[in-house]
Amino acid sequence: MKRLMLALPLLVVVVLIVALGRGLSLDPREVESPLIGKPAPSFTLPLLSGDQLVNQDLFLGKVSLFNVWASWCVACRAEHPILNALSEQPGMHIYGLNYKDEIVDAKRWLAERGNPYQATLRDYKGLVGIDWGVYGVPETFVVDKHGVIRAKRIGPLTWEYVNQELLPLLERLKAEA
Amino acid sequence: MRLIALLLLLLPALAQADWSEQDERRWRALNDELRCLVCQNQSIAESSAPLAEDLRTQTRDMIEAGQSDRQIREYMTDRYGDFVLYRPPFKPTTWLLWLGPLLMLMLGAGLVWRMRRGESQDEAQSAEQTHADVERLLKDINNE
Repeated sequence: MKRLMLALPLLVVVVLIVALGRGLSLDPREVESPLIGKPAPSFTLPLLSGDQLVNQDLFLGKVSLFNVWASWCVACRAEHPILNALSEQPGMHIYGLNYKDEIVDAKRWLAERGNPYQATLRDYKGLVGIDWGVYGVPETFVVDKHGVIRAKRIGPLTWEYVNQELLPLLERLKAEA
Repeated sequence: MRLIALLLLLLPALAQADWSEQDERRWRALNDELRCLVCQNQSIAESSAPLAEDLRTQTRDMIEAGQSDRQIREYMTDRYGDFVLYRPPFKPTTWLLWLGPLLMLMLGAGLVWRMRRGESQDEAQSAEQTHADVERLLKDINNE
């Protein structure tokens, strides 16, 4: 018993080190979204290309990526080539949410850097962004065939994330009924 | 022209006509306990991030629409999760968070109590030992 009491401080320190060490390796910016597993929040938004309105039914019947971006967003620049490359894969559906941006700037961005999006939706006031829990552009949602959000990436896409997590997830979701 | 300018000046005042002092207090209190997820260590009341501004507008609109504090908090957690609340709710996943300090205190108190008891036992024991030693010595002296 006495020995156990002697070992106790050491045990407490070890537990603390493990817990705090784990805390260090976690990214506090990556807050688990409460929307995962829930249907995509409803919206009605104009397309960047014109005044045509679209809603959340856009996602039905296919597995898609919903990428939140803006021309003023520096990190979006880094991930844009990855989106371009992804868009060339067969069966890939990428939609863009142009977040709190000016039409002219957004169009120029796509003209200069390439357009990976099948459609870009305009959220000028950022209200749809709030409904989707967006807080750090860029963000990328994975939406399944039933319009349910299955994953969310906060921050720019990286090849590491795409190859290790995103692509396998997309394959799994495509195989679902 | 002047009339238009005057009307424009009056516009904000008109818009705030329905905004009571109590609404203002509620609004401030709510903004104080909602975390700005962009900056994370500031509330949406303190932060100057564009998102915080949008969320302040949102809480204001919701108060004006007659929504309760609970409804507004729920609106925020539905979108951003419990992390958005500076005062997290008491539920199974946060039990450890809320009860942890109390648990640690009890553990510490238990430890101190044990050690104290051990000490007093040791003292009693060593006193007895000394007593026996002295008696033995006295006996030895008497025998000599």
